[in-house]
Amino acid sequence: MDTFTTWFFGLFTNWPVVWKNFDYLLIGAYPQGPLGGLAMSIVMAVIGIFGAFWIGLAVGLMRLSRKKWLSWPALVYIEIIRGTPLLMVIFWFYFFAPILLGQAVPETHSAIAAFTVFTSAYVAEIVRAGVLAIPKGQTEAARSSGLSHTQTMMYIILPQALRNMIPSFVNQFISLTKDTSLAMIINVNELTLSARHIYTRTMKAPMEIFLTIAVLYFIICWVLTAFSRKLERNMSRYQARNNAH
Amino acid sequence: MHYTFNWSLIFSGNYGQWFLDGLVITLQLSGLSIFFALLLGTLLTIMRLSDFKPLVWFSVGYIEFFRNTPLVVQIFFWYFGSDPILPDFFKQWLYQQNIEFATGVIALSTYTAAFIAEELRSGILSIPKTQLEASRATGLTFLQAMSYVILPQAFRIVIPPLISQFLNLIKNSSLAMTIGVMELTYMARQVEAHTFHGFEAFTVATLMYLSLSLLVSLGITQYNKKCLRIGYQ
Repeated sequence: MDTFTTWFFGLFTNWPVVWKNFDYLLIGAYPQGPLGGLAMSIVMAVIGIFGAFWIGLAVGLMRLSRKKWLSWPALVYIEIIRGTPLLMVIFWFYFFAPILLGQAVPETHSAIAAFTVFTSAYVAEIVRAGVLAIPKGQTEAARSSGLSHTQTMMYIILPQALRNMIPSFVNQFISLTKDTSLAMIINVNELTLSARHIYTRTMKAPMEIFLTIAVLYFIICWVLTAFSRKLERNMSRYQARNNAH
Repeated sequence: MHYTFNWSLIFSGNYGQWFLDGLVITLQLSGLSIFFALLLGTLLTIMRLSDFKPLVWFSVGYIEFFRNTPLVVQIFFWYFGSDPILPDFFKQWLYQQNIEFATGVIALSTYTAAFIAEELRSGILSIPKTQLEASRATGLTFLQAMSYVILPQAFRIVIPPLISQFLNLIKNSSLAMTIGVMELTYMARQVEAHTFHGFEAFTVATLMYLSLSLLVSLGITQYNKKCLRIGYQ
């Protein structure tokens, strides 16, 4: 019984380490030093998803094109990225951005570039699925009323498709938020690396530290998941469906 | 840009062997992990669909927590932080193994199990509820109805999503390098460190991952065509 009691109370003795360093977990050394911690993770995720949206939209539309010289490069890009671990893509950017640009590149920039390129392959698939889900009759009606292919896409198909894709985009943003933890491998000081810094500095309370950051990630992702589920429920009411006619 | 390509360097000396060793470890890691993940995932699904509320809550909590936290954090938690909560006999057994590899398997299988449980659940829910009712009415217990009637059909439906989970697992196994498991990405990094020819090293590793994914998906498609021609319905 005694060993159990010591073990049980031992689970609670190390938490002060976490509270003393909690501001480092949230914003790093920010006012005095560089931004880090959770704030850095969020900044990278937001910039990454913004870039990935535009590249993914372009690649997804290229993939849908009937011109072979447009659809093939898009297909190859999507398949290569989706078959490669994100860690590999991060290493690619980390080692080759300096060689290609001929100057030193901050790790943060390499990481954001890797996230953008990686996520846009997945966004391209979302765009493709979203466009294909719009009933074909809409394209035919738009084309027969005299709109060109580009006009049909811009004014008829994309406005509907993009609205339906919002829940998938939110899910992709959740994945990206989790994926930002991989930037630690090239020394970007985001939440996971901040936690490792604290552990290396104190050599104490690894369970408490990693549990805390797991909960921090969980809160963000779980709130976003609940948001995306709510969007999905609200949206299904207004959707145009294939079986409507 | 002054970078001279030297492809023969990558395969000179022991470097070719390093890549193969890494590939073998990646395969072992993913193979063991998918096995345990399937077991755990099935267990979680059964708990999730049972009538006993605490089991349902445990399963939902497990699935939500493991799906919504990054795998790296989970790996670090198991590697650095799991000491106070693991029972002594398990720790003693664990420390006699290759600790990095074992931690990698634990982290990858507990993580993937949450995703597999979700796929299985949607597979099971797509089987008409009348089947469960009919089998219960003929006198099977809940577990019997699950294992003889529902699960065999559900597994067939969920094979495509399970394959994509397995492919994800192969890619995720690269994260085990963060705790020093010598798998493919770790070895590519190692070759880069020794030769300073990162472009070639990462190309080789990327091609290995790509062909692994392609081989798995091709193999399973062939298997499906041949062996599972009679589908559900």
